[in-house]
Amino acid sequence: MADKIDARGLSCPQPVVLTQKAIKDGKTEFQVMVDSEVSKENVIRCVERNKMTASVSEEGDTFTISVSK
Amino acid sequence: MKNIFSSRWGIIATGAVIGILAVTLQKMGNPANMGICVACFERDIAGALGLHRADVVQYIRPEIAGFVLGSFVIALIKKEYQPRAGSSTILRFFLGMFAMIGALVFLGCPWRALLRLSGGDWNAIVGLAGLIAGIAVGVMFLKNGFSLGRSYKQKMSSGWVFPAVMVALLIMVAIGFRVSDTGPLFYSVKGPGAQRAPFIISLAAGLFIGAIAQRSRFCTMGSLRDIILAKDFHLASGVVTLLIFATVFNFVFGQFKPGFEGQPVAHTAHLWNFLGMALSGLAFALAGGCPGRQLILSGEGDSDAAVFVVGMIVGAGISHNFLLASSPAGPGAFGPAAVIIGFVFCLVVGFTMREKVS
Repeated sequence: MADKIDARGLSCPQPVVLTQKAIKDGKTEFQVMVDSEVSKENVIRCVERNKMTASVSEEGDTFTISVSK
Repeated sequence: MKNIFSSRWGIIATGAVIGILAVTLQKMGNPANMGICVACFERDIAGALGLHRADVVQYIRPEIAGFVLGSFVIALIKKEYQPRAGSSTILRFFLGMFAMIGALVFLGCPWRALLRLSGGDWNAIVGLAGLIAGIAVGVMFLKNGFSLGRSYKQKMSSGWVFPAVMVALLIMVAIGFRVSDTGPLFYSVKGPGAQRAPFIISLAAGLFIGAIAQRSRFCTMGSLRDIILAKDFHLASGVVTLLIFATVFNFVFGQFKPGFEGQPVAHTAHLWNFLGMALSGLAFALAGGCPGRQLILSGEGDSDAAVFVVGMIVGAGISHNFLLASSPAGPGAFGPAAVIIGFVFCLVVGFTMREKVS
């Protein structure tokens, strides 16, 4: 299931909270959209802490972080 | 290019630099255990502008302008300048106001709490305990879907306003501007507001710290929040480093004086030290950053953070005008009442501003 979390424009630490919740809910494959460098770094750190992998693609102002096990 | 400052070593280096510079600024004239206190220095700015008339705490602190401008310039260079606004503006203003009211009951922001501790002021431990408690409540709200809503991209110029105001303040203080002999800007001739490191050194330190804090995303509130929320010790490594380096340099400069009693610009009313900082911690957590971080975000173009800062400056005026701010003798006449009102405000915000958690 390819879930998409839109965390654009949300202030710290909500993108991380949403990512963490998705992981806790047992999702193993999903995408997180953010629009700042800081949120991108934070989400990636959260993903890696949970021993999952993150890959980033950039389009315009949006970073899409694809998370997988 | 990867941002090396966002690494573990980057945040540690930032903590070390802030710790060393803060204590060195004290050595060069800034108030004791207050080398760089964002809340105190914004309060001094409020005083200089005449928003309050506590004549011992009035000065346009170049450090504050330095943080904003350092962040602004480096964000432009690194293409991270991103004008944005629109996330619960008025709530952020009042969160800033109550954060300042709480901070002035304790007498310091989180940065100063660390600097006070590094100088041997044990009252800071009580304040930090309060800070943790306040942030823990904030984390509870965050876990339950608390959100001030999205911010949206703005035109380039909307993010220039705040840095421009900082430049204006710097020019005014540099030329010693006064509207008349009895009018603003006010410059303290005694008390903490009269204790200043040389202008150019304060400004340089502020610019440098602003730049590296922008790169590393240094945040004291965030460090505690991330531990409670996600057992993430990334930001905490910077904060601990700040504490270690500040303590070492206080020893080197002979500025370490341990105890509860008679500490500079501090009082020993434990309950209010705790609750004041708890209120601030909760307000910072809901607004997403400590006072230092809000200045850095303002420089990056975040108008919502700038509004929080303005709320803090206005809050400082209100704190002194309405006898809310503490003094070394203890809490102000109405400080405790204001802290309780602040908690009510923050709790209402925390409970009502929720996105549906599906």
